[in-house]
Amino acid sequence: MARVISYRQALGEAFDQEMSRDETVIMMGEDIAGGQGAPGEPDAWGGDMGITKGLFGKHGAHRVLDTPISESAFIGAAVGAAATGLRPIAELMFVDFMGVCFDQIFNQAAKFRYMFGGKATTPVVIRTQIGAGYRAASQHSQCLYPLFTHIPGLKCVIPSSAYDAKGLMISAIRDDDPVIFFEHKVLYDEVRDDVPEEPYTIPFGEANILRDGGDATIVAFARMVHFAKQAADKLAGDGIECDVIDPRTTSPLDEDTIIESVEKTGRLVVVDESPPRCNMASDIAGLVSQNAFGALKAPIKMVTAPHTPVPFAPELEDAYIPSPEKIEAAVRDAVGYGA
Amino acid sequence: MTDGLPFALTVPKWGMAMVEGTVTAWHVEEGAAVEAGVEVLDVESTKIASGIETKHAGILRRRVAGVGDTLPVGGLLGVIAGASVSDAEIDEFVRGFVIEAPEDEDADAGPATDTVRVGERKIHYLATGEGGVPVVLVHGFGGDLNTWMFNQPALAADRRVYALDLPGHGGSSKDVGDGDLANLADTVAGFVAAIGVERVHFVGHSLGGAISLSCALDRPDMVASLTLLASTGLGAEINGDYIDGFVAAGRRKDMRPVLRALFADQELVSRQMIEDVLKAKRIDGADDALAALAARQFPAGKQSVSLIGRSGALAMPTQIIWGAADGIVPASHAGVVANAKVTVLDGVGHMPHMEAAATVNRLILELLDAAP
Repeated sequence: MARVISYRQALGEAFDQEMSRDETVIMMGEDIAGGQGAPGEPDAWGGDMGITKGLFGKHGAHRVLDTPISESAFIGAAVGAAATGLRPIAELMFVDFMGVCFDQIFNQAAKFRYMFGGKATTPVVIRTQIGAGYRAASQHSQCLYPLFTHIPGLKCVIPSSAYDAKGLMISAIRDDDPVIFFEHKVLYDEVRDDVPEEPYTIPFGEANILRDGGDATIVAFARMVHFAKQAADKLAGDGIECDVIDPRTTSPLDEDTIIESVEKTGRLVVVDESPPRCNMASDIAGLVSQNAFGALKAPIKMVTAPHTPVPFAPELEDAYIPSPEKIEAAVRDAVGYGA
Repeated sequence: MTDGLPFALTVPKWGMAMVEGTVTAWHVEEGAAVEAGVEVLDVESTKIASGIETKHAGILRRRVAGVGDTLPVGGLLGVIAGASVSDAEIDEFVRGFVIEAPEDEDADAGPATDTVRVGERKIHYLATGEGGVPVVLVHGFGGDLNTWMFNQPALAADRRVYALDLPGHGGSSKDVGDGDLANLADTVAGFVAAIGVERVHFVGHSLGGAISLSCALDRPDMVASLTLLASTGLGAEINGDYIDGFVAAGRRKDMRPVLRALFADQELVSRQMIEDVLKAKRIDGADDALAALAARQFPAGKQSVSLIGRSGALAMPTQIIWGAADGIVPASHAGVVANAKVTVLDGVGHMPHMEAAATVNRLILELLDAAP
């Protein structure tokens, strides 16, 4: 049954169990087998973060494919393989590099089912890292999931726990539509929780509720879920009880759970590590103001990164990332509004 | 009433994940006399709420925790003592109270579960307590060993108690074969053999009741006593919408109304309880197992198996406990077994061992103590 493992281990277990179950599941990416600079042996790296290490030896060179450093080529190949019968998991190191293969994702993978009259499926998973806090500068630290959430035809998954990472990854692999799977790089080893040994699936569009409270609703994604929980735990010490909601997927989005919560609490704080224009915080603020306006007792608060590139200077990067303290202050503002 | 030393009322551990409990109500005034087995106060965890009964008769001398207070498991809620104990002694008892470290377990992990092979299947179980003829607790359709969280600690005070996960459920293998009752009973009997005992007391709930009854009919030498809670196998009627809804539900909003049908007090269904049920159903093979069992046991909203005709042959002490407000299997099925002691509990639904835990625990212990 359940045992405690890391977010990193949970993902590796999902890949291994699905590759064992279904031989059409293959893995593609840069340095996921040997890799540039490796001392010659296969399976030297397991990708830049070592997430896929061990799969090459177990499932073979014909299913764990090292690709050239050409994202547009291998993402296109993965989309084509998915359209013709395989279930590829393509690892595109950092979401920041996704720009060079937008056509393969936005115009091809996302459109096949629709433009072929519902007769085509594209069961590809594109895995990618998001998030600041790794001292990796502006081109390796963005979140960017709002860009993909914007595109009809893509499913967008953002796990915050090891349990969610495994169950959502297995759901992603078995899904017949293209899934963009966003892994926050700081969580790989920081997050450890109960994960069943058996394979299991978590449905898309089903939010996780981490805490129940009647005073305010906090909606957060990825690493921000943990900061929101910290803030809510602290606020509870002062008698302010919050619902903490992790939607887990931005597309589809579990709108009902968010709206029902705000109808109960009357206050909403949305926490999003991406910059504030056209991000998930503004999207959910719009959703709630359209559907639960009458329940609101205070203006909706957004806690986001500023509208700037992610800074490289450590002090500035730390200031850029939304913090538990900023979330706590936003909840206090909302609860104290009009008082 | 005893004139005994002070006794502590403490926060119990309901299920493996519970770390703390919150007082929601006191039912007894300070200074009032209580009999053993009386519910003195209510406590809730993130998963469920229940009453806390006193094991000892006496006077409630002190409410240590107030309504709204949250204490760790083992924390001191109140003090029961006889009239001869002085207030100073009570003060001393409260001051000197230390939360007992749990025995043989990590503070976080709770009691450890184990698995045993029965034929081709892996059966997951939790064993607690020592001594006597062991008790085997058999949960119902869609449940798991955690359904006994209010009962296993009380029953295990003086004897070994095993709570198992049926095939297709919890941490056990998902293969349920053809879903036939005899197949399930063979596995449970195989479990008893695998743990190396010859005779056990069976306590079965719902489908677990029919399985226990089947074991008792086919293997009377194995069964020292039989307690059936809201059992299937005793009539044709069953709430088919519940069965279908439980099998179909994969999301919180679909599962909530299904689980609420189990209880007379529907507020007992917490978000955490729903989440735990969904987590179990998300495991590969779990939904297929439930669908196979439902199709075989409860086709078209009726029970396919009735054991009433054979139940007159039961020779071991047998009792049947039912909630009068059972919305899944009607309480009218409670009286059909000859020579069984029948208790029907008012204001209780399909989960009497959860909704009326103190009463059910007392009834089970009375039967265990009386059985030869």
